[in-house]
Formats: sequence, structure tokens, C-alpha cells
Amino acid sequence: MHMSDALLSPAVGITFWAGTLGTIAYCSKKMKENLDEKLIPLMGVTGAFIFAAQMVNFTIPGTGSSGHLGGGMILTIILGPYAAFIVMASVLTIQALFFADGGLLALGCNIWNLGIYPCFIGYPLIYKPIVQKGMNSKKILVASLLAIFVGLQLGAFSVVLETLFSGRSELPFGTFVLLMQPIHLAIGVVEGFITAGVINFVKASMPELLESIAETKALSPEIKVRKIVLAFLVIAIITGGIVSWFASSNPDGLEWSIERVYGKPELPEHETGIVALLRAVQERTAFLPDYTFKKKETHKEQETAGKEEMASAKGEEAPDSDANAWPNVEAGTSVSGILGSIMMFGLVFLIGFGIKAIRKKGAHAPNGTSYLKG
Amino acid sequence: MDFDKEYFNLGLLDTLSYKDTVIHRLDPRTKVIATFAFIVTVVSFPKYEIAGLIPFFLFPALIFSLGDIPVWFILKKVLVVSVFAVFIGIFNPLFDTRVMVNLFGIPVSGGWVSFFSILLKFFLTICSALLLISTTSFPGICHALRKLGIPEIFISQLLFLYRYIFVLIEETLRMVRARDLRSFGKRGQGMSIFINLIGTLFVKTIERAERIYHAMLSRGFSGTIHHIKRDHLRKADFACLSVTGVFLILFRTYDLVNLIGRQAERMF
Repeated sequence: MHMSDALLSPAVGITFWAGTLGTIAYCSKKMKENLDEKLIPLMGVTGAFIFAAQMVNFTIPGTGSSGHLGGGMILTIILGPYAAFIVMASVLTIQALFFADGGLLALGCNIWNLGIYPCFIGYPLIYKPIVQKGMNSKKILVASLLAIFVGLQLGAFSVVLETLFSGRSELPFGTFVLLMQPIHLAIGVVEGFITAGVINFVKASMPELLESIAETKALSPEIKVRKIVLAFLVIAIITGGIVSWFASSNPDGLEWSIERVYGKPELPEHETGIVALLRAVQERTAFLPDYTFKKKETHKEQETAGKEEMASAKGEEAPDSDANAWPNVEAGTSVSGILGSIMMFGLVFLIGFGIKAIRKKGAHAPNGTSYLKG
Repeated sequence: MDFDKEYFNLGLLDTLSYKDTVIHRLDPRTKVIATFAFIVTVVSFPKYEIAGLIPFFLFPALIFSLGDIPVWFILKKVLVVSVFAVFIGIFNPLFDTRVMVNLFGIPVSGGWVSFFSILLKFFLTICSALLLISTTSFPGICHALRKLGIPEIFISQLLFLYRYIFVLIEETLRMVRARDLRSFGKRGQGMSIFINLIGTLFVKTIERAERIYHAMLSRGFSGTIHHIKRDHLRKADFACLSVTGVFLILFRTYDLVNLIGRQAERMF
């Protein structure tokens, strides 16, 4: 399931973009080291294959509903993890642009969720060890089922974590997990059977493909792949730590748990070591005036002027330190908010349609001028 | 059948991106950076924000009108993909039932406010992504990304993928049509047929890749795809970027909607 921009906070979105871009850079460096030129058209066309295959529906036995292919594991098995990750990233990029699946900020998360786990965990740690000693159709089936199961569960769990860290959704952790994981278990079983079927088909009709490509892609030995996974885990933990500091300006998710421990949404002032460092980094890098600057402004206004109205209007954006008390929005301010919103919308539409009308007039003008301009 | 429709949409977006308007003429880099900045700014609003998001509708409105993009076509696409955001967001009213605002005597819970905020953000972000691709050709975006430092292999991958999507989709379209002709109701639409279909498609794909590779070799392919059109940043690009930046910061830091609303109240 694709993550959506609207459910993300910028911190989470940018963190996962950083992770994804880092992985793309790493993969392309790895591929450049022993570049097989043949792989470039192969990657491009197999990416297009995933696209085309996703558009073919089929009925899922027993349910009558229809599903379509994800395809990440087929790519990984044929192309190897590095090339497959790049192909997956490119497929998701085009989906985000042309089909608006998720959105551009969420693209980082989506590539992470659907690319990292099959390519760097499902394949090297599960599929490969099972299939390594002699391939037969049963082994392929078991291996792909298990690998896809793990990959999808991790991906679904990441969606849950990303949503929670962003703090835009009210879904409690437990409910969300119970919502996501079983759905992806079902998806995983279907996907596993299809993947195994396709791999067996390829094995029957082009057996050299599974071997020859496995050789030319010349993956570094097993241990190195483990190291990569470890590195990813470390990166994930570190970024998770940073994310938690950026997480949200609202007292929920992590801040909510901090609030429970300390009774206040903020940590006590005397921070030392890494915490202080992170905070300093945050303050310096917070170019989006959501977290620090905005809050200070609110406090100042409250302290100095004590203008009830202004404070409550701001309170709608950043709940003040007394998190349990809800921002008391007076009827007056919300009415002015609605009035202003309607007027703003009107203004936007006027501008939009105005330009359109002017353009149309321009189009009806003698053609010569527009040709000259072009 | 929605399969053909998807394909048609892909083609239409591609056609739109080759129009010649003020927006289309901007350097792809400008548009990529501006779009990303826009999305990050929109998403940076906290959970209960509604009023602050309204001014941001100015950006899509400007691009729709200046770029001469059909509004309904894009809106329909936005609606189609809204499933996930709505699916997750709809839980907010269930879990967050504390009354937050009293609207003309009707109590509105925080959950509904945050749900509405999610919907607004969803619309703005998805719209901007679709507007980016309908005002910038895909190869243009790829070269912009290359110049912004994305690895070469990924860029050639994107270009290749885009080139062959259309070819393969046409091939798939034929195969699906053949399957549909030979199936009766749900018979023939099952998984085993699907697997064989996909398997065949995959083998065909691999064979095609081999032919493409040989054709490329005979034309002197050396690992990278070259680009003839030289993009360069002009004055218009710098102007566009700085104006966008100023307005984004302005809209993000000042509560314009409430200011206007209060002025209006005073007037009436």
C-alpha cells in the first residue's frame, strides 16, 4: 500500500528520501564497479514489464476479487538486488508522477518500503539461502513465499511507523498494525504464488537466464550482503532517532509518550550529550518554522500582550505547553477563519479563471502574433 | 475496461507536457525544485491546520491557468488515487472525538478537523505532482534530476523505462485482449492463466532486451544516454524560483486567511 504525502510530516518524508537516495547512490556505485552494459537495456525493459504486468488483472481464487502483481521479488531474483532496487525505484517514480500514487514527498518512503525489504532482506537472507543448493519448483515456491512474506510485512510495518512518527493520523499503533499486517499477509500469499509461478515458467523456458544472469551480476559474497543489511538497520535506527526529535509539533506519537513520562510535552531543559547535539542540529536546520520559531512566537505573544484572541488563533496551529487543555477557539475567530477561507478561495478562483479568460482571448487574436512569439 | 483508460491517460499526460506555455518553457529544474518546496511546505503544517492551507491553492490555480491544463482531467486523477489517504484519515474522527470548535452552535470534533486537513493536504500535494508532469516532459525531468546530482544509472534507467512502457503496454494490451476473447465469465481469468501470461510476457521482454542491446551496440552505445537539448536557467527561472520561495514563506508564516476574515468582519 502506498504511503501518502498528506499523512507525512516533512521530517519523516525527508529522512526517508535521504535514506532512499543514499541507497540509490550506493547501488549505482556497486553496479558501476562491474558494469555489464547488457544490464542497462534489460533493467529498462523489465521495469516496463512490471508496469505492463501490473495492469493485467486476475481473479484471486476463493474470493472473486481481482488483484495485480507487485513484482519486486521477480526483479530481484532475475537482476540481483542492486539492479532490482534501481528498477523498483524507477517504477515507483513513474507511478508517483503519472498515476499520482502517493505523491512526491512520500516517494522516498514508498521506494524504501517496497524496494529495500525485498532487495536487501527478502532476497539475500531468505530466498537465496533456500534456493542455493539445487533449484526445484517446490523450493522456489517456498523461498518466494517466505521472502515475500517477510518483505511485505516489513514494508507494511514501515508504513505504520512512518504514519505514527508523522503524527497526522489518529490511528493507535495497535489498531493500525492489526489493520495493515493481515491485509499484507493475504497479498503476500498471492504474490508469492505468482512469483514462484513466473520464476518456474522462466526456468522452464529460459533456464540459462536464472544461471547466466546470476553469474554476470556477480554479487559480492554473502557476508557483504549481511553487512549491507546491518548498515541499513543502523541507518534506520539513527534516522528513527532523528525523526523522533523532529517528529511532530503535536503532542502525540513519541512526544505523547514523552509527555507521559515527564508530564510535559518537552523534555527537561538540561539536556546533555547527543540529545543536546540533536536539538542544536534541529534548531539550526529547522528552516520550516513549524517547531521552534512558531512556538516561541506563541509564547511571546501570550506572555507580553496577553491578547486572548491572537493566542487562541495561533493555538490552533501549535497547541501550547498545556497540552491537555484544548485550544479554545472562540466562535469569533473561527467565523473570521471561515470567512477568510471563503474569500481566499474566491480570490484564487478569480485569479485562475481570469488568466484562463485572458488566455482564451489571446488565442482568438490573429494567429500571426502567437506564431511569432513561439 | 480501465486498462485501456490508464494507457490513454498516460499518453494524454505525455502530450500535455509538450505544450508551449510560460510554465512549460521554464527550465525543468526550476519546476522540480519549486514543486518539492511546495509539497514540503504544505505538509509541514500541523495536524489541525485548515485555514493556513487555503492560500496554497493559489499555486495549482496559477499553473492550471497559465499552463493551460484541463482541470477536470487532473481532478479526476486526484480522486482516483485518494483511497489510501481517505482510508487512513477517516479513522481520525473515530479516535479523536473531543470537541474542538463550535461552528454556529454545531460542535466539531478535532478528528474531523484533522481529517479535513489531511484531505486538503492530499489534494494540494497530489495535484502538484500531476501538474509537474503535465507541464514538464518526462525526459526533461530526468535531465533536471541528473543535473541535480542523481546518479547516472538511475537516470538512464528512468529514460529507458519510460521509452519501453508504451511499447510493452501495447504488447500486453494485445495479450489481454486475446485472453479476454478466449475466457468465459470468470473462467480463464484465474491465476494459472495469469501466471502463464505473465511468464510469456516476461520471456518476450527479456528477448526484446537482447535485441535492443544489439541494436544499441551497433549504434555505438557506451553506457550513457545522451541528451541533445541543452537546458539552461534563464532570468525567468530565477524570477519564478524567488517569487515561489517568497510566497511559500509568506503563506507559511502569516495567517492570511484570518487576517482577511477579520478585515471583512470589520467591514460588514
